[in-house]
Amino acid sequence: MREPRAAPVLLVAVIALACGCTRRQPETTSKGGASLSQASSGGLRRPEEFAQIADRAARSRALFLEASRVFLHPRCVNCHPNGDTPHQGMDLSVHDPPVVRGPDDKGVAGVQCSSCHQDHNLELARVPGAPDWHLAPRAMAWVGKSPRAICEQMKDPARNGARTLAQIVDHNAHDRLVAWGWNPGHGREPAPGTQEQLGQLVADWVASGAECPNEGATR
Amino acid sequence: MITLKVNGEARELDVDPEMPLLWVLRDVLGLTGTKYGCGQAQCGACTVHLDGEVVRSCVTPVRRAAGRAVTTIEGLSPDGSHPLQRAWCDLAVPQCGFCQAGQIMTAAALLASNPKPRDADIERCLAGNICRCGTYTRIRAAVKRAAQISEE
Repeated sequence: MREPRAAPVLLVAVIALACGCTRRQPETTSKGGASLSQASSGGLRRPEEFAQIADRAARSRALFLEASRVFLHPRCVNCHPNGDTPHQGMDLSVHDPPVVRGPDDKGVAGVQCSSCHQDHNLELARVPGAPDWHLAPRAMAWVGKSPRAICEQMKDPARNGARTLAQIVDHNAHDRLVAWGWNPGHGREPAPGTQEQLGQLVADWVASGAECPNEGATR
Repeated sequence: MITLKVNGEARELDVDPEMPLLWVLRDVLGLTGTKYGCGQAQCGACTVHLDGEVVRSCVTPVRRAAGRAVTTIEGLSPDGSHPLQRAWCDLAVPQCGFCQAGQIMTAAALLASNPKPRDADIERCLAGNICRCGTYTRIRAAVKRAAQISEE
């Protein structure tokens, strides 16, 4: 009677993790002719490495592309769905149980995010958790979006929670729910690099003009 | 020491703050109406209310309930007369019954926020409550019946 219903799902997730997952690498050359190092699979290029890109706009675009490796990682994109249901796992499975975002992105009566998710990861029950666990609003959907589309969205106050670019930097660098991406618990693959590195990449992107990558540019 | 209200009664508990609320309810307070199903918030059998909102007590540390009001199936009504309990009896909803306390507590939260739920509202709300006997159609009918009883 007590074997968990999610066991097959979790098993699939474990197999997916064990098999590894394909990961597109950032462009290693830029318009400025500079050559960036190969990023390790779980790492980010160091923000200072981008200083070698002489052209300011090209540097800004390269910085955002690097940051987008975090944004488009399943730990982050799973809760930026383009519909009403969050995703889970490395393959963006539909959240089990099939919860919905509700009017304030925190679920509906009876199945709110906080009905199950606590303010910390539960290692034994394997339920992930962090303070203020909730979905990104639909206007901030990332699933299926290109780095350029996410960049434009992130700069648009109508689609970024009316944040200034300085607030965007702070959100990426310090938000406690964002921080969960690097502390996902229970053997889940963390987002690349560290939150500190992401914060620096985004800060440098803003400082270099907050340019958006061209459509089709890959990470 | 953790102070909270359980079914309207103030309680002082000398327990580990990380102890799951379900353990406190069943093993410390003897309120065994709330069931242990999966232990990982996947089945809904352990559902209770925390200040009127649904939580899975098997994964909720008791510290989260400090200073707040917990309602279990035993406290839903003083005499089993809550519209949901009456509807559950009228329509003979349970089969084995193990999940039903959780189903009723979740449905109670739904009716408190939406007194006239549509089928889609009911299914969405109860999506996290599993019934291995498959009594879902009776559950849905009983929630609608309870909404009628509340109106009458």
